[in-house]
Amino acid sequence: MKSLITIIVTTALVNNVVLSQFLGICSFLGVSQQKKASFSLGMAVTVVLVAASAVASLLYTYVLAPLNLDYLKTIVFILVIAALVQMVEMFLKKNAHAIYQSLGIYLPLITTNCAVLGVALTNVQNGYNLIEGVTAGLGTAIGFTVAIVLLAAVREHLDEEAIPAPFRGAPIVLLCATLMAMAFMGFSGLS
Amino acid sequence: MKAYWERITNGIFKENPALILMLGMCPTLAVTTSAINGLGMGLSSLVVLAISNVVISLLRKIIPDEVRLPAFIVVVASFVTVVELLMEAYMESLYAALGIYIPLIVVNCIILGRAEAFASKNPPLLSLFDGLGMGLGFTGALVIIGAIRELLGAGSIFGFQVGFFEPIAFFVRAPGAFLVLAILVAIMNAIGIKTRANKITEGCDGCCASCSSVCDKKEANV
Repeated sequence: MKSLITIIVTTALVNNVVLSQFLGICSFLGVSQQKKASFSLGMAVTVVLVAASAVASLLYTYVLAPLNLDYLKTIVFILVIAALVQMVEMFLKKNAHAIYQSLGIYLPLITTNCAVLGVALTNVQNGYNLIEGVTAGLGTAIGFTVAIVLLAAVREHLDEEAIPAPFRGAPIVLLCATLMAMAFMGFSGLS
Repeated sequence: MKAYWERITNGIFKENPALILMLGMCPTLAVTTSAINGLGMGLSSLVVLAISNVVISLLRKIIPDEVRLPAFIVVVASFVTVVELLMEAYMESLYAALGIYIPLIVVNCIILGRAEAFASKNPPLLSLFDGLGMGLGFTGALVIIGAIRELLGAGSIFGFQVGFFEPIAFFVRAPGAFLVLAILVAIMNAIGIKTRANKITEGCDGCCASCSSVCDKKEANV
């Protein structure tokens, strides 16, 4: 139990997926104008990440490792993730239309979100079992959601500020990310 | 001949993937702690980009339109695995330094983006040169960012000590990556080099090929 809590804290805060691992930067910068939309994306990433870590862990332990096909893991994982995203999309469309309406457009984006493939590969690297892997997926997803919602909260106020012309647009967002990354560096004391 | 040369310069200057198009941000920020890591990452991406461009271009009339993205991903993932195994065998220290970011070349938006935007519509040789140009542009950008961060953060360039000032370790840590990129883009804005930087913060354009379908949906909804 204790090790699971350690995994959550490490993946969510200490090694924050966006601010210290640099995974999922595309959507972190792209879908962070509004808190509501970025929270929806965070939820979609959570669903896919948890499911993907579970499926990847099972596939690796019971298929790839016994057959000595370790080197195929990148190809297998990315295909599993792509298929999983499709299935989650179809499932939500049929059974939870309200959620689909709010998450739908972000789901295809997640296939190429490197955080998902990154977590699947890191879990294998760390030798996590199924439960530890799912916990790491959940922790990473929490870290992603926290980071993107915080950035969106900052960006909602940027429009009213007098920003020097060259810094408008991407540079000021990257500067906000700089400050957030500095704050998250403080968490390294926790580990 | 001119068309081939044009693809190279296009990739390096006009449509530099990392600095102008702002694609492949994850490796751009993550592995540029030193110039040599940037070079290693850039060259690995270049190899994958060039070969997968050629193969996808050769297969462009065979792959059905509906399943083209999964097909592209499989092609790219195969070559990434080949590069990964070669690196593990022959360049162990670089392999250790780049770590998980080597398999993650698969989801690098530049590679899928070029497959979708160029290789799937053009003949193999031209696609090869497009891949080489884009790869060189990406490598150049990573080396520049890596060199700046290494110089300021560790007081050296390509491992050679320059030590005439106290290094600021901040620049080789995570926040330094964001800061260096922010200032580079701001400088480019200030001297009037048009980047598509503002697009990355507008949601749709920032990523990759698969996002185009997302954007179609978004526009249809509006």
